[in-house]
Amino acid sequence: MLTLTLLGLLFLLILGIAAPFLRPERLALRAVHGGVGGFALAFGIAASVRVVAGGEVTELELPLGLPWMGAHFRLDDLAAFFMAAINLATAMVMVFADGYAARQPEPARALAPLPVFLAACNLVLLANDAFVFVLAWELMSIASWLLVLANHRDGACRHAAYVYLVMASLSVLLLLLAFGALAGAGGDYRFAALREATERPALATLAVVLAMLGAGSKAGLAPLHVWLPLAHPAAPSHVSALLSGVMVKVAIYGLTRFLFDLAGAPSWWWGVALIVVGASSALLGILYALMQRDLKRLLAYSTIENVGIIAFALGLSLSFRANELFDLSALALAAALAHVLNHAFFKSLLFCGAGVILEATRLRDIEHMGGLVRRMPYTSLFMLMGALAAAGLPPLNGFVSKWLVFQSVFASSSLTDNLPRLVVPLMGAVLALAAALSAAGFVRAFGLTFLGRPRSEAAAKAVEPGGAMPTGLALLAGICLLLGVVPVLGLALAESAAHGVIGVALPVGAVGGIFLAPLGTGGAAYAGLLVFLVVLGLALGTRALLGRLWPERRRRAAAWDCGFPDPSPATQYTASGFSQPLRRVFATSVFRARETVDMPPPGDERPARLEVRLVDPAWDWGVEPLRRAVEAVTLGLNALQFLSIRRYLSLMFGALVVLLLVVAAQQ
Amino acid sequence: MFATLAYDLSHMTGAMVLLAGFAVLYQRRLLGVLRAFACQAVAVAVAAAWQAYSQEAPHLYVTAAIALLLKGIAAPVALDRIVRRLDIHRTVETAVGIGATMLAGVGLVVLAVLLVLPVTISSAALTRETLAVALSVVLIGFLIMITRRNAITQVVGFMSLENGLVLAAVGVKGMPLVVEMSVAFSLLIAFILFGIFFFRIRELFDTLDLQSIESFRGERR
Repeated sequence: MLTLTLLGLLFLLILGIAAPFLRPERLALRAVHGGVGGFALAFGIAASVRVVAGGEVTELELPLGLPWMGAHFRLDDLAAFFMAAINLATAMVMVFADGYAARQPEPARALAPLPVFLAACNLVLLANDAFVFVLAWELMSIASWLLVLANHRDGACRHAAYVYLVMASLSVLLLLLAFGALAGAGGDYRFAALREATERPALATLAVVLAMLGAGSKAGLAPLHVWLPLAHPAAPSHVSALLSGVMVKVAIYGLTRFLFDLAGAPSWWWGVALIVVGASSALLGILYALMQRDLKRLLAYSTIENVGIIAFALGLSLSFRANELFDLSALALAAALAHVLNHAFFKSLLFCGAGVILEATRLRDIEHMGGLVRRMPYTSLFMLMGALAAAGLPPLNGFVSKWLVFQSVFASSSLTDNLPRLVVPLMGAVLALAAALSAAGFVRAFGLTFLGRPRSEAAAKAVEPGGAMPTGLALLAGICLLLGVVPVLGLALAESAAHGVIGVALPVGAVGGIFLAPLGTGGAAYAGLLVFLVVLGLALGTRALLGRLWPERRRRAAAWDCGFPDPSPATQYTASGFSQPLRRVFATSVFRARETVDMPPPGDERPARLEVRLVDPAWDWGVEPLRRAVEAVTLGLNALQFLSIRRYLSLMFGALVVLLLVVAAQQ
Repeated sequence: MFATLAYDLSHMTGAMVLLAGFAVLYQRRLLGVLRAFACQAVAVAVAAAWQAYSQEAPHLYVTAAIALLLKGIAAPVALDRIVRRLDIHRTVETAVGIGATMLAGVGLVVLAVLLVLPVTISSAALTRETLAVALSVVLIGFLIMITRRNAITQVVGFMSLENGLVLAAVGVKGMPLVVEMSVAFSLLIAFILFGIFFFRIRELFDTLDLQSIESFRGERR
C-alpha cells in the first residue's frame, strides 16, 4: 500500500505540473478537482481500512534525495490515521470546490499548487527521515502559500501571504534545528536512528522546545498564531477549508510524531508546557473569534481554539505517559486524535459554507448579513450543523471529542507528579471556559448571519447556488452528523492509532456498542444515537403536538414595532452588541479593548458612533519586538556593504584566525 | 643518512621562505619589498627543486622553474618597472606599524605550528613540519595584504600567500603537476589584471595609495 500511495503522490505532482497547460479552463478545473478529490478519497478509504484492520508497519527506502542517505518512507498507525483524516476531508472539499472555484476571479491560479499541496501533506505523513520530512513540510508551506496568493490582486491578501511565508520559514527553520539537536553530532537523520539517539539531556530538551515552537507555529498555537487569522481568510474558501482542515492537522501530526515517537520517553514538563499553551490558545482564540465581524476570520480564530484543545489533550496524554499511566495516556491521545478528525470535517464545512455565503452575497461582515435562513435554507441547515459541532453540542461530532478530552481531565487525579496534578484541573477550567465561549461565539455567528431580518440589500437578495457546492456541504455535514451519532466510528480510528503509538488499548467499554464509556463501565458514558433519537423525537413530538392543538399551522401578523411604522433592520441586535458583555469582561485586559463613543450634540443630525479597538497581544508583545530586533540587526549589518577592500580582507583574515584558534583550542 | 639530509634541507628551504616573508613584512621601502619578495620566490624555487630531487619527482622541477622565472624574476622586474615608470612614492604606507605587524607575524607562526602539528599527528614528520611552515607563509602573506595600504604591496602579499600554497603543495608527495600549474597560471592572470588596474587607478587618481580610492568612494578611513 505504501508503494501505491507513493505512486499516487507522484501522479498528483505530475497533475500539478500539467494543470496550467490544460485547456480549456473548465476542463482544467474539472480535471484537477476531480483528480485531487479522487486520489484523496482513495487514500482516505485505504488509510481508514488500514487503521481499523491494524496492518503491519511498512517501510520503504528509495534511492532519492541525499546520495548517502536515500529517502525513507514508513506507514504506521499514526500516519495512516492522519492520512485518513486529511484525505477524506480533502475529498469532500473538492466536491465543493468543483462548483465554487469556477466562480472565482482567477480560478486557474489555484490549480497548480492544489495537487502539490495534497501530495506534500501526505508526504509529510509518510516521511521516515528528517530530510524527507522537512522537504515535504517546506513543499507544503510553499504550495499553501501559492494557494493563499490566489487572490493576489488584493493588497491585504498579499500582506497575509507575506506574513504567512515568513512564519512558515521560521517554522521550518525551528524544525530543522530541532532535528539537528536530536540527531546530535552523529548526524544520522533517519527516524529509526533518531528514536535511538541518546543525546545529552540539554540537547534533547532543546530539540523538544524547538519542535514545539516549530510545529506549534504551523499549527497556530498561541503566541505564534499571528499568520493564521490573516492567511486562512485571505484564501479562496475551498483553500481556507484545506488550510484549516488539513494543513493544521499535518502540523499537529508533526508535533505528535516528534513528541510521542522520536523524542523518546517524555519528561514531566513537556505535557505541562503543551497543556498551558493549548489552554491559553483555546481561550485566546475563541475570545478573539467572539470579537470578529468578518465571518472567515472568525472561523480562523476558532481554528486556533480547536488546535488549542488538541494540544491540550496531547499534553495531557504526555503527562499520563510520563507517569506511566498508559491507558489514560491512550485515552487522552485518542481524544486528541478524535478532535483532529472531527475538526477536519466541521471546520471544512464551516469554511465552505462561508464560501457559499460569500458567493451569494459578496459579504464577509456578519453585521451586514441576517435573514439568510429564508433565502438559503439548505446552506443554513448545513451551517447550523457545522456551528453546533464547532460549539461542541450533542449530537454532533464536536461534542464527542471535547467530551472525551474532559473525561481525561477528570482522570488527572491519578497523576503522581505534583505540578501536572495542579496544572491540569486549572487549565481544564480554562478549557471549559473556552468551550462555553465557543458556544456563545457560534450562536453569535449563526444567529447574526442567518436569523433576523436582512441588514443589507445584498443579504436580502441572496440566491442560494445549486450544483456541486451544496452537495459538498451536504457530504461534510452528513459526516459530522454520522461521527456524532455513531461516535464509535471516529473513535475506533483514533483508538487504533493511539493504540499503535502508546501500545495500550483503551478499556473495552470505550469502543463498542452504542455507549461510549472511556473510563470503563463504572464511569460516564455517552450514546450519541440515543441523544440524537431523543432530540429528534422531542422535536417531532412537539411539532406534532402543536399541530394537533393549534391546527392552523402558521399565522402572520405585524410585529409590535414600538410605534415606528417602518423599523429599520438596524434596530436588531448587532454582532458587536451581542459580544459586548463578554468583551467588557474578558477582552479589556487581554486585548486591551477600548470603546469610544462619539455622541453628536443635540441638534446635530449625524449618527452617533461607537468604535471598538482591539489589539492582539501576540502582535504587540511577540511579533512586533521581534520585527524591530531583526530590523535593527539588519540595519546594523548594512554597514558591512560599504567597507574598503582592505577591511573586507581584514574581516576574512580575522575569521580565518578565529577558526584556526578554535581548531587549535580543541586539540 | 640521506633521509636526514633531505629532512634538514627541506626544513631549511622552508625556513628560508618564511624568513623572506618576514623580510617582506619588515621593509619600509617599496623597492626593498620587491627584492625581499624576489628572494622568497627564489627560496620557493629552491625548495621545489630540492623536493623534486629528494622525492624523485621530475615534474616538480617544472614547478621550480615556474616559481623562479615568473615570481622570482618576471614579477619583481615588472613591478619594479611600474614603480619607476609611474614614479610612485617609494615609502611603504603602513596601516599598522612595522613592529606590531612583526609581532603579529610571530603570533601567526606560533598559531600555525600549534595547529598543524597536533592535527596531522598521523602523517610523516616531513610533511607535518613543511605544512606548518607553509601555513605560516600563507598567513603572513595575508597579513601583508591587510596591513599595507599600497596596491603594489597588496599584490606582493597576494603572491607571497601563493608562495605558501606552492610550498605546501611541493611538500606533499604525489601532488599532481596540474594543480601547481593551474595555481601558477591563475596567479599570472591575477598579476596581469592587477597590472592593468594599476595603470587605470594611476590614470584616475595619480596615486596607487588605496586610501585615496576609499576617500573617493566617500568612506571614512
